Amino acid sequence: MKKEILITIRGVNKSYVKHIVLREIDLDVYRHEFLAFVGKSGGGKSTLLRLIAGLEQPNAGKIKQGGHLINKINDQARMMFQEDRLLPWMSVQDNVTFASKKPDDQKEAKKLLSLVGLTEYANAFPTKLSGGQKQRLALARALFSHPDLLLLDEPLGALDALTRRNMQDLIMKICQQRKITTILVTHDINEAVRMANRIALIKDQLIKEIFDNPYRGIDTNEAKEKRALISDEILNKILN
Amino acid sequence: MDNTIILKKINFSFRKIIPWIIPIVIILFWQLIVSVGWVSATILPSPWDVLKDGAELTVSGELPKNMGISLYRATVGFVIGGSIGFVLGFINGLSKIARLAFDSTVQMLRNIPHLALIPLVILLMGIGEPAKIFLVAIGCMFPIYINTYHGIISVDQKIIEMGHAYGLKQSAMIRKIVFPAALPTILMGFRYALGVMWTTLIVAETISSSSGIGYMATNAEQFMDMKTIILCILIYALLGKLSDYIAKNFEIIFLEWRG
Ligand SMILES: Nc1ncnc2c1ncn2[C@@H]1O[C@H](COP(=O)(O)OP(=O)(O)OP(=O)(O)O)[C@@H](O)[C@H]1O
Ligand SMILES: [Mg+2]
Repeated sequence: MKKEILITIRGVNKSYVKHIVLREIDLDVYRHEFLAFVGKSGGGKSTLLRLIAGLEQPNAGKIKQGGHLINKINDQARMMFQEDRLLPWMSVQDNVTFASKKPDDQKEAKKLLSLVGLTEYANAFPTKLSGGQKQRLALARALFSHPDLLLLDEPLGALDALTRRNMQDLIMKICQQRKITTILVTHDINEAVRMANRIALIKDQLIKEIFDNPYRGIDTNEAKEKRALISDEILNKILN
Repeated sequence: MDNTIILKKINFSFRKIIPWIIPIVIILFWQLIVSVGWVSATILPSPWDVLKDGAELTVSGELPKNMGISLYRATVGFVIGGSIGFVLGFINGLSKIARLAFDSTVQMLRNIPHLALIPLVILLMGIGEPAKIFLVAIGCMFPIYINTYHGIISVDQKIIEMGHAYGLKQSAMIRKIVFPAALPTILMGFRYALGVMWTTLIVAETISSSSGIGYMATNAEQFMDMKTIILCILIYALLGKLSDYIAKNFEIIFLEWRG
């Protein structure tokens, strides 16, 4: 099966006032894959994600999605942030639909709320939700416009271990069902290895290495061991 | 189980009564010291006498007329000053260029106590309606300006960025994000301006006027009519409380989401 490319990144540089964050970035993102960016804090993972979202522009190089140059907000992509960034003055359901111009989208919103288990809160305000529920709502909001690409910038960082694991499973399930290409930024390598089928290591402003992870989503002991090995390898590369 | 519910209910209605206890005790005490004769009724008329005075003035039409005029001045001044403050605050909050052009001037003017303008305003505008409405408008403008401006410039940039990322255009951004996010601060200014509105009007009416509650009080002073003076003070207290109540309900209605 030949893999179709969704995003091509060529020769991208990004710097802030003389301070180089990313350089010579070349990367292909395949359609329907789950890609993770890992690396040290301050290494430029979020910056690369924001470039793909069109929230920032590169100083040099090109980013294309489906052949189109991304030179403004990328409306085929939806981002989930580390903070929920919900609108507390809107009901849960309105938070899902807030960016839509079509008033008859309530059906889709209801469907998504039930998908993330928030049906009973549809008319409540987000202050009523727990941290995990807020991120589930943010996920529903991200999915609402049927994006080709889901960009996740450490959205699970603030959650407790159990909630975090449940969210990981939910995100993997939904992205698979809806065939959404996903890029996850995380500082948790185990999370990357658990969720992604490819893991890109960003180090010294470069994409240092890309690791294939064929053991993703397999529950056998052997797969778990293999994943642990990949984790160790990535960790060593980050550290030395 | 049942007992705790009943206790809770008693507790709840008791809570509603608590704020009234002190005012009622004061009024009863006041009535007592005057009735018993500890204080002369010419120096301090009893609450009952004040109430009778109020009834008489209401029947004669004097009180409703003056109250109507005061309310009119207060409302018109508030609406004019409040709208200007709001629009200016909104524009300066949204646009860097407008901010550069207006903000330092507004900040400078803001530091002049507006009541210090009274002599100037009387000289320039006389003692007619425009002068008093102008003073109230000036007084209400600044608190609303400051709060609107600050409300808007302190909207969380992260939420604005989220709006951009989700494709909101400018007008939708203002309607769905900037304005609702700034509203709590704007309403604080609204509430504060209502207080300023009454103070300004009282002072203006007391110094120069031929109608209004403030005039009624000054006029009564000349006849040493203690009852009417106290009546006017009580009316101010009630009007102040009323505007606070309105402001509070605005907050309850518009800021329901704060939970
Ligand atoms: N708007 C900006 N202006 C100036 N410098 C910036 C800006 N955004 C990011 N940087 C700098 O770019 C570098 C990379 O930041 P980035 O947020 O991409 O790192 P990260 O890998 O996501 O880190 P973390 O894991 O801590 O989130 C940092 O040194 C940061 O200070
Ligand atoms: Mg980051």
